[in-house]
Amino acid sequence: MSSIIKAFKANVRQYGMLIALIVIMLFFEIITQGILLKPLNITNLVLQNSYILIMAIGMLLVIVAGHIDLSVGSICAFIGSTAAVMMVQYHVNAAVTVIACLILGALIGAWQGFWVAYIKIPSFIVTLAGMLVFRGLTLVMLQGLSVGPFPKEFQMISSGFIPDFLGNGEFHLTTMLIAVLFLAAVIFFDIRARRKRIEYGFDVPPFGVFLLRNAGICAAVLFICWLLASYKGLPNVLIILFALTVIYAFITTQTVTGRRIYALGGNEKAAKLSGVKTKRLVLLTFANLGLLSALAGLVFAARLNVATPKAGTGFELDVIAACFIGGASATGGVGTVIGAIIGALVMGVMNNGMSIMGIGIDWQQAIKGMVLLLAVFFDVYNKSKN
Amino acid sequence: MSDVILSMRGITKTFPGVKALDNVNFDVRQGEIHALVGENGAGKSTLMKVLSGIYPHGDYEGQIIYQGKECRFREIADSEKAGIVIIHQELALIPFLSIAENIFLGNERHSFGVIDWGKTRAEAQKLLETVGLSESPNTLVTDIGVGKQQLVEIAKALSKEVQLLILDEPTATLNENDSDKLLKLLLRFKEQGISSILISHKLNEVERVADSITILRDGKTIETLDCTTGEINEDQIIRGMVGRDLTNRFPRRGAKIGEVILEVRDWTVRHPLHENRTVVDKANLTLRRGEVLGIAGLMGSGRTELAMSLFGQSYGRDITGQAFIRGAQADLSTVNKAIDAGLAYVTEDRKTYGLVLDEDVKNNITLVNLEEVSNSHIIDQNKEIHLANEYRGKFNIKCSNILQKTVNLSGGNQQKVVLSKWLFAGPDILILDEPTRGIDVGAKYEIYVIINKLAEEGKGVIVISSELPEILGLCDRIYVMSEGKVAGELNAAEASQEKIMRYIL
Ligand SMILES: Nc1ncnc2c1ncn2[C@@H]1O[C@H](COP(=O)(O)OP(=O)(O)OP(=O)(O)O)[C@@H](O)[C@H]1O
Ligand SMILES: [Mg+2]
Repeated sequence: MSSIIKAFKANVRQYGMLIALIVIMLFFEIITQGILLKPLNITNLVLQNSYILIMAIGMLLVIVAGHIDLSVGSICAFIGSTAAVMMVQYHVNAAVTVIACLILGALIGAWQGFWVAYIKIPSFIVTLAGMLVFRGLTLVMLQGLSVGPFPKEFQMISSGFIPDFLGNGEFHLTTMLIAVLFLAAVIFFDIRARRKRIEYGFDVPPFGVFLLRNAGICAAVLFICWLLASYKGLPNVLIILFALTVIYAFITTQTVTGRRIYALGGNEKAAKLSGVKTKRLVLLTFANLGLLSALAGLVFAARLNVATPKAGTGFELDVIAACFIGGASATGGVGTVIGAIIGALVMGVMNNGMSIMGIGIDWQQAIKGMVLLLAVFFDVYNKSKN
Repeated sequence: MSDVILSMRGITKTFPGVKALDNVNFDVRQGEIHALVGENGAGKSTLMKVLSGIYPHGDYEGQIIYQGKECRFREIADSEKAGIVIIHQELALIPFLSIAENIFLGNERHSFGVIDWGKTRAEAQKLLETVGLSESPNTLVTDIGVGKQQLVEIAKALSKEVQLLILDEPTATLNENDSDKLLKLLLRFKEQGISSILISHKLNEVERVADSITILRDGKTIETLDCTTGEINEDQIIRGMVGRDLTNRFPRRGAKIGEVILEVRDWTVRHPLHENRTVVDKANLTLRRGEVLGIAGLMGSGRTELAMSLFGQSYGRDITGQAFIRGAQADLSTVNKAIDAGLAYVTEDRKTYGLVLDEDVKNNITLVNLEEVSNSHIIDQNKEIHLANEYRGKFNIKCSNILQKTVNLSGGNQQKVVLSKWLFAGPDILILDEPTRGIDVGAKYEIYVIINKLAEEGKGVIVISSELPEILGLCDRIYVMSEGKVAGELNAAEASQEKIMRYIL
């Protein structure tokens, strides 16, 4: 037992935010008398936060590289309005619009990355400018009006669910099948990783902890999927999100480029002298965030079914907060994709839970601010203790 | 003379995975210079951090008795109040503040919160005179060399009414001249009754100035030698440090010298900020396969600048001149091109240019050559771990495992990680800038062996070093740089300290 407690303590930092997320969820589940985890609400929660989650992944790379991007909310709005004008006013096909918008987003990101990486203007300033520029351009594009509604195919990005091949219309069996396959893969890779570590003589958590963790993951995934399945199944957005998480988690932990981004953020001079093409890499992370912001902008517009000049206001703050809550370091070089996702979920659950409770937007802001501060404090405190 | 001013009893300090100090006893007498020696990672810096309150009371076990009282320092300010001042392995001055401002930082001369500039300057002036530094107190710290910065640190310590001065490898970055000045200063302090603790890997200095020597090994006190009663020689210290005799300081060489591998002609580099300052002036050099080439010279004579500008123009502007590698003109305009051309540059400043401190040993070692451990861009973790372990073994890097962050390694072990990293890049031409700075005698020998082995494999090695014995013991041929120019060239057979010094001055 004492070894389990010890292992738990050692892993508090790693799992701290996850535990916090679960505690927060339980808290709201109780206080909202079970509304939080109602199938409909869970589905809504995913839809409501998908765009923040998507951007948090991109923002994480930028923060790890040692920069920041304040313009993501404005880029969201600008891309949303561009898509709206293309589809509604010029009747461009939805697929073409999506592709064009994604490319445009990447270009916007690259443009900002260019100023940061090659002209050496601090990213805070470049993206503050970008925040104003793209908000302004959104207003110009929409001429102050709301533009919509959009074609059905486009709306499907946000409001669609994956089709059910197996079910009877009541319970979404395909969703559960996907969940089981996914868990099988997770457990397979986890066991393999553990074997490797043992083989190389590294410390591993005791088998009990390992079992407990995997059981926990299985229970959580199955539970959430079961909830979703008893409503309409997996939303399309969730599939997109899931794919992005896996891809970016893989890029950051397993690829050469990922490794170099961390090195760049940790010590730019040393990275440069080690042959890392630092400028190009910075530009790339901004272009990537531009691309993901564009995707988020499209998802957001599709969800509201209208593009408005005010869309995406304040998103940048939620996105940045998500990364820091998830353990990223403001000085660069530290942070994980999974952490950012958990951070975004913490923010999302709190938004949702407090709204259900009927807490006004004013108090919500104040409380979220405190949570950000506490989360980072927790992180710093833990670090100083080691 | 023999009254004890400081007594550390049974100090034990553990970090996750390592016992850095294990029941260490350490006594310092009033008005003595007490040297603390030991291998890299023996726990010297850690012991001093415990003493100065950087690791607060409660973070370690054991007792600190200072001037007869038990002390429980909770932060540096507490120990400074008691008159204990530490000067760290890495200097802690603010570059864009003046000397005077730095001296009184945190200890400002003021009345009601308004700085009294007259007093600040006058007192700074007096302190600078005491340490023998002839610079205006208004000079910015960034504009003076490391040697002088070290003196500013000492002046700063003096301003705090220091009783016990701790210097963690103060001479590691200094040339002989500056080191000499600093040691004389310590001897003067001794006469005034100020005790000092000196950590150093330069045993000749230790032998020269120390009254007592305490040897640490693997976190334990091995012995304390009293130099006032009997003659102590270096061999005795080394035996205590490494636990065995070290008969030769420099390994035998057997490399065959082959054809020219690198030739540099009329290499000229200007200062990155001051356009009119020429830092390297028409330097010419040749390097052959199997050769270990030394570059001697003072700090700021353009050695590092020459090396870094060759390595992908990482330093300076308006670089002109030609470089030929294996007879063909080489394009070294970016770091990547330089690496592809077979060049490697091991920096003298490992924290700024060498390591990603937040990353672990493994990631640092493989950073330059990730391609080698990856398949189509995806890192093969097995291969990587294997490789990192191999280097850990080869260089005897002391760490709990290769997943330990490099920020937590001792200075010397960090240096070994940087060396590993560049050897892993598989270069043909290695430029090693102060490769043994901060490294203990045993490990130095290991590094010399590696250098020789590289030469035997037919690589060309350039060693930049401020330690003349090292240059003389290691190199086949020596260039001496002075004020940006290559002032002289000597063969190993004809070279001596005196001849080199003549070119330097
Ligand atoms: N913050 C830390 N976390 C974990 N381990 C640490 C930390 N600081 C030091 N260590 C470990 O403690 C041991 C002693 O380190 P220390 O820096 O005191 O060595 P040192 O004798 O000063 O060596 P050097 O001559 O190389 O400077 C080393 O093994 C080092 O890895
Ligand atoms: Mg040390």
